[in-house]
Amino acid sequence: MGITSKPVVFAVLSAVVILIGTIVTVFVPLFMPSTQPVSTFVKPYTAVEQEGRDIYMREGCNNCHTQTVRPLRTEVLRYGEYSKAEEFAYDRPFLWGSRRTGPDLNRIGGKYPDSWHYKHMQSPQGMFEKSNMPPYGWLAKNRLDTTYSYKKTSILGYGYSKNDVRQQISQYKETVTNIAYPSKESRDQVTPQELRKELTEMDAIIAYLQKLGRDVKKLEATK
Amino acid sequence: MSGTSPEKYNFTIVRGFAFSALFWLIIGLIVGLWIAFEMFNPALNLTSWLSFGRLRVVHTNGLGLGFGLAGIFATSYYILQRLTRVPLPFPRLAQAHLYLFNTVIALGALSLFAGMNTTKEYAELEWPLDIGVVVLWVMFAVNVFGTLIKRRENQMYVSLWYIIAMTVTIAILYIVNNLEIPVTLFKSYTIYAGVNDANVEWWYGHNIVGFIFTVPILAMFYYFLPKSTGLPIYSHRLSIVSFWALIFAYLWTGAHHLMLTPLPEWIQTVAIAFSIFLIAPSWGSVVNGYYTLRGNWDQMRTNYLAKFFILGITFYGLQTLQGPLQGLRTLNAFFHYTDWVIGHVHMGTMGWVTMIISASFYYMIPRITETELYSIKLANTHFWLILVGQLTWTITMWVAGIQQGAMWKATNPDGSLMYNFLDTLTSLYPYYRLRFAAGVVYFIGILVFAWNLIMTVRQKPQPNEA
Repeated sequence: MGITSKPVVFAVLSAVVILIGTIVTVFVPLFMPSTQPVSTFVKPYTAVEQEGRDIYMREGCNNCHTQTVRPLRTEVLRYGEYSKAEEFAYDRPFLWGSRRTGPDLNRIGGKYPDSWHYKHMQSPQGMFEKSNMPPYGWLAKNRLDTTYSYKKTSILGYGYSKNDVRQQISQYKETVTNIAYPSKESRDQVTPQELRKELTEMDAIIAYLQKLGRDVKKLEATK
Repeated sequence: MSGTSPEKYNFTIVRGFAFSALFWLIIGLIVGLWIAFEMFNPALNLTSWLSFGRLRVVHTNGLGLGFGLAGIFATSYYILQRLTRVPLPFPRLAQAHLYLFNTVIALGALSLFAGMNTTKEYAELEWPLDIGVVVLWVMFAVNVFGTLIKRRENQMYVSLWYIIAMTVTIAILYIVNNLEIPVTLFKSYTIYAGVNDANVEWWYGHNIVGFIFTVPILAMFYYFLPKSTGLPIYSHRLSIVSFWALIFAYLWTGAHHLMLTPLPEWIQTVAIAFSIFLIAPSWGSVVNGYYTLRGNWDQMRTNYLAKFFILGITFYGLQTLQGPLQGLRTLNAFFHYTDWVIGHVHMGTMGWVTMIISASFYYMIPRITETELYSIKLANTHFWLILVGQLTWTITMWVAGIQQGAMWKATNPDGSLMYNFLDTLTSLYPYYRLRFAAGVVYFIGILVFAWNLIMTVRQKPQPNEA
C-alpha cells in the first residue's frame, strides 16, 4: 500500500514536507529588507573590537550573557533602550544568547569606565563578593594575536584596507599604553610588566564591550 | 522473527554504538555536575578550559551529539535490520562510521575545551569537524537507505518513517546552519548576519532538538514498546496522522526561541501558532502509547520496561504542553532567559530521552549478546534514581525560574526596579545547591545503568532456543 512501501519516495516526500515551513519562515526572510535593515549610525567593529568579540566567543560569554534588550518596561529600565534589528547588521554570528545568568550586555558600552572592566574581569568576586562569574585576569597575560585581523575584517566585509587595520591596532595600542590613559592604573595592576606596552586579550575584549550599544546611544541622541 | 537467525544481522555495530553512548553519557554528566557546582561556587573555574563558558558547550555537545546520536545510531541499526529482515548491506562502512563518530566527538570535546566555538547553540563545532559530522551522517544514510531498498518486508513500519525523516532533516538543518567562511583551520565566520543569523540558528536549534530528541526517540518508542510489552500499537491511523503533522509543523516554530527580539514580528507570531498546533501530533503519540497498554496496566508492576516507556512518554507529553505555553508572548516575556527554560529542557532530556534510550538498551543488549539482563533489580533501582533525580532537578529549576522572573519584573511604588541584578542571581544559590544534589542522584542512577549493561555483556552467552 502506498508510500510506506517506497522508501525513496517517502524520503523525498518528507523533505518536501519539512521544507515548506523552512522556506516560508527562514529562506524567504533571508532576502527581505526587514531582516537586514541598515543605519548610518551603526558602524562595523574596528579590528581590535572584532578581536575582542572573537575572544568573547572563544570564552563562551554568550552562555551567560544575552545581547538583546526586549521592549518591556522593566527591561528598558534595567538595561536601556530596547534592541533594534539594524544594530546587528555586522554581527556574524549574532550573540543574543538564550540565558541570563549574568545581565544583558547589549547596552554595556560606555556604562562604566575601562578601569571598572579591568578590575571586574580580573576578579568579579573582588567587586561583587557573591558573583558567580569566572575570573578572567589571565586574559591580560596573553598578548593579542593580530595575525589574522585583516583577513577577519575582510571576510566580514567591513571594507578596511590593510593599512586601516594596522592603523586601528596601533591607534588603540597608543590609547591604552599612553600615560594619560584614564584607566592606566587599573590596567597596570592586571597587566604583567612585559605586556604593558603591548595590546593584550584583555584590552581587546574591553574595547569590544565598550562598543556594545554605543552607536544606538548616538542614534537616540539625535532623536 | 522466525526464519532468520540472528547471526546474519550485524549486531557488533549496535553494541559498539550502545557502549559509545554510555561512555559519552557518563562524560557529559560529569561535566554537567562540574558546571552545576560552578553555578553557586565559582572556585571551580580553575583554568581557562574549566571555565563555565567553555564547559557548558562540552556538556551540551557531549550529551546531545555524543550520547544522543550514539544512542540513535545503535537503536536505528538494530531497528532497521529487524524491521526489514535484512542485515546491513555495508557492514564495513558502518564500522568506519563508528570509528569516525567517536573520533569526531572526542576531537569536538577537545576543541570546545580549547575555546574553538562558533557560539551557535548546538552547532558550536568549528568547520573541519562540521565536515566530519556531514561525512558520518552520509555514511549512516547509505546504510539506512541500503537496508530499506533491500528489505524483505514490503511495508515499512512507523519506526522506519521516523528514521527516514530524521536522516533527511538533520542533513538539511546541519548543512544550512553551518555554512561558514574559514579564517584559519580553527576559526570561521557564518555567512548569515544579525537577525538572519538568529533566525537560521533557532530554526536549526529548535529542530535539531526535534529531530534528535523527539523523532528518533519516537522511532524507539513505537518499536520497543510493543516489543517489550507484547502489545500492538493502539492505532495505526493515529500514528500516520501524528507523523505527518509533526514533521510538517515542527519546522515553523523555531522563532519561539526569539520572542520579543528584533526578529520581524510575523515570524514570531507564525511560530506561536504552529507551536500550539504541535500539541496535537505530540499528544497523538502520547495517547497511542497510553492506549497500547489499555487493559494491561498491570505491566507497570510486572514488567520493568513498561515503567520506563510509560513514564518516558508522560514526560514527552508534559514537555510538549509546556513548550508551546512558554512560547506564548506574555508567558515568554516572564520565563525567557530564566532557569525555568533550563528545567524544561532537562525534563525532556533526563526524563523522556534518557528513559526511552535506557529501556531500548535494556531490551536490545541482552538479545544481541544472547544473554539475560544481569539484574532486573538493578534496572529498577536505576529507574527510581533517575526518576527522583530528574523530578527534583526540574522542579527546582522551575521554582528558581519563577522567582527570578518575578524579581526581574518587580518594581517599587515609584516605578523604579526593586532588585538589582546581583540580588536576583544570588537568591538562586539555594536552588543551585539542590539542583547539584539532584544531579548527583541522577548520576548514580546512570552509573547503575552502565554497570548493569556491562555485567550483562560480560556473562556467557546462553543461546535462546525459541
